[in-house]
Amino acid sequence: MASSFSRILSSKRNVGILSLVGGSVAAGFLLHREQVTAGEPLRRRYPASAEYPDLRKHNNCMASNLTPAIYAKLCDKTTPNGYTLDQAIQTGVDNPGHPFIKTVGMVAGDEESYEVFADLLDPVIKERHNGYDPNTMKHPTDLDSSKLHSGNFDERYVLSSRVRTGRSIRGLSLPPACTRAERREVERVVVDALAGLKGDLAGRYYSLTQMTEKEQQQLIDDHFLFDKPVSPLLTCAGMARDWPDARGIWHNNEKTFLIWVNEEDHTRVISMEKGGNMKRVFERFCKGLKEVERLIQERGWEFMWNERLGYVLTCPSNLGTGLRAGVHVKLPLLAKDSRFSKILDNLRLQKRGTGGVDTAAVGGVFDISNLDRLGQSEVQLVQTVVDGVNYLIECEKRLEKGQDIKSGPA
Amino acid sequence: CLKAIMPFGNTHNNFKLNYKVEEEFPDLSKHNNHMAKALTKEIYGKLRDKQTPSGYTLDDVIQTGVDNPGHPFIMTVGCVAGDEESYEVFKDLLDPIISDRHGGYKSTDKHKTDLNFENLKGGDDLDPNYVLSSRVRTGRSIKGYTLPPHNSRGERRAIEKLAVEALTSLDGEFKGKYYPLKSMTDAEQEQLISDHFLFDKPVSPLLTCAGMARDWPDARGIWHNDSKSFLVWVNEEDHLRVISMQKGGNMREVFRRFCVGLQKIEEIFKKHNHGFMWNEHLGYILTCPSNLGTGLRGGVHVKLPKLSTHAKFEEILTRLRLQKRGTGGVDTASVGGVFDISNADRLGSSEVEQVQLVVDGVKLMVEMEKKLEKGEAIDSMIPAQK
Repeated sequence: MASSFSRILSSKRNVGILSLVGGSVAAGFLLHREQVTAGEPLRRRYPASAEYPDLRKHNNCMASNLTPAIYAKLCDKTTPNGYTLDQAIQTGVDNPGHPFIKTVGMVAGDEESYEVFADLLDPVIKERHNGYDPNTMKHPTDLDSSKLHSGNFDERYVLSSRVRTGRSIRGLSLPPACTRAERREVERVVVDALAGLKGDLAGRYYSLTQMTEKEQQQLIDDHFLFDKPVSPLLTCAGMARDWPDARGIWHNNEKTFLIWVNEEDHTRVISMEKGGNMKRVFERFCKGLKEVERLIQERGWEFMWNERLGYVLTCPSNLGTGLRAGVHVKLPLLAKDSRFSKILDNLRLQKRGTGGVDTAAVGGVFDISNLDRLGQSEVQLVQTVVDGVNYLIECEKRLEKGQDIKSGPA
Repeated sequence: CLKAIMPFGNTHNNFKLNYKVEEEFPDLSKHNNHMAKALTKEIYGKLRDKQTPSGYTLDDVIQTGVDNPGHPFIMTVGCVAGDEESYEVFKDLLDPIISDRHGGYKSTDKHKTDLNFENLKGGDDLDPNYVLSSRVRTGRSIKGYTLPPHNSRGERRAIEKLAVEALTSLDGEFKGKYYPLKSMTDAEQEQLISDHFLFDKPVSPLLTCAGMARDWPDARGIWHNDSKSFLVWVNEEDHLRVISMQKGGNMREVFRRFCVGLQKIEEIFKKHNHGFMWNEHLGYILTCPSNLGTGLRGGVHVKLPKLSTHAKFEEILTRLRLQKRGTGGVDTASVGGVFDISNADRLGSSEVEQVQLVVDGVKLMVEMEKKLEKGEAIDSMIPAQK
């Protein structure tokens, strides 16, 4: 039994009309939380106290914020599509976390999860995103790449530049909860739209189920191919179901703009190139995203977005911009300096090894990217990376000359 | 009357009905498991809007088989039950799978249960120079509760509570202790590991994709008697896995203890109005359709270095209705010519019949091994198909 909300969404023509009126903003208004009705409540056999998970050995954002009272309030609620609290938190129950690394510990199964389970997701978002309160704050979206300045790095230090984000297709459930038909529909909508890209963005789709051995090898050599998730953080949330059905990779002919379909999000969009021209990477990123958005809107679809949470993605850590802008940069001297971590903190940057998250740096080469996702715009975050990396290179140059460095820019 | 539903699983069942069968039907073109063999678009279309009273759906049943295409040589089952009613509500899919897996067992056939150990002939004289250890295991599901792929934390804890109450009330040779996985001490854990009793969180995707490892290690544990010859796993792949074992070749004694222990446990559960799931068509109801019937695997670790390299070894096993595994259990290799030999059948024959096949078959194979040691031929000993 669909709520009136689902009926509006499942009618693509109506969404198209709303897009003409005002695009994401108008549809975003529809998702104001008072107007989202939950689905049918669950009939449960046991009281909430008998079902409450044992989180005593856990260290993740969900475990820190899920009180017995919140669990009792939400445990019989469902989203209009039938997604439950127990499903949303399963990954956090199954993965207690690490004493030093705090994972998020929950996911959204659909756009409405962020409303129906707001009593838990709001504090989780607040904790993860430095106090951002979805009830009172607005998230700025800004994809005007012309505002970025000084985005050309010294290529003696910066080996490559990359910006990634995710986008979800409104009206279809997210990877933890989608059915096979929904996932195939995501693939269809996205691939159809991408076929409309032209010029330097023109490219091709490689479906995981149908690619040839040769295509597979080429994608591996280009470092484009993604694997079936093995991380229990993802598998316990149900994101690897039905693999590799409706999963694939699209990239432009120049191999500088790449889209993953149906991995951890409906789409992951990546702009990258060798060298230090972050300005051009960001320009292509913004242009590509806006083109894809225009193409799906022509067909009556749109991205999940609202003014409180920005772009809506599977993991609460990726809300807002969902943006990670980064470089591979050589900082061998700075890496050995005891102030390195503090400097990064002050710059609102994080370091990873060159294999990505949870890998180690090799040969003094680090993956440096923005820490924040929500509460600042795309332009602001990429500017932060540009300014920060320029400062880090400054520090490295000073250390090369035997000069001293400061923990933060003046 | 409306029953409560479990809050985990392939919810969306009603929402997905907006899509056509073709749009939802899984791509099974690269699959080799019983589910993929049996599931047609027609069956999918017929069953996809059904739910058991606890809310288990067809997509829940088949998810593990969709996610695990299988192996060219080993045919996995590719589906599980979420509750007792799954075997009824989804019988159009499960009956052909059961038939294929259990030697043509028909939907009208009746299964015989016989846990009277006195009906076993012999079994106390397997040569301990060859037979190193003997073991019988089965599973039991507690009526009125949903199964490991589907149950919520509250349900699983209720199962544990009832199981522990029943087990700790046992006395005599069955007096023992329960060790919950989440609160055992380091010393207890060490001891259970050296006794080879401790079970781990499942890593096999066959189990994890079916949702059986959720909330680990909550409400899981191990109970064993003081003499370490009778062991029960709580909430692993089934509600209960019951194991009787000892060193040497006295399978008769192992089976006696097995039958007596099971019957004592069942009496206690019946007093609480929660007997075991059983019916006269499928016997004991367990999570995996491969374990229906007796759910019994009776076996020995036996030294057969010469026989195992004989050209007719596989054929002998098939005729004796036995199967071999390595000494690490399923999917392991044998070490030093020592094999795990057990019954191949579960459904359509009784516990006594299955253990009899093991006892008689192993006795014969040990005699064959002795002949081969003396350089004599064994062709005249090869049995007819049992």
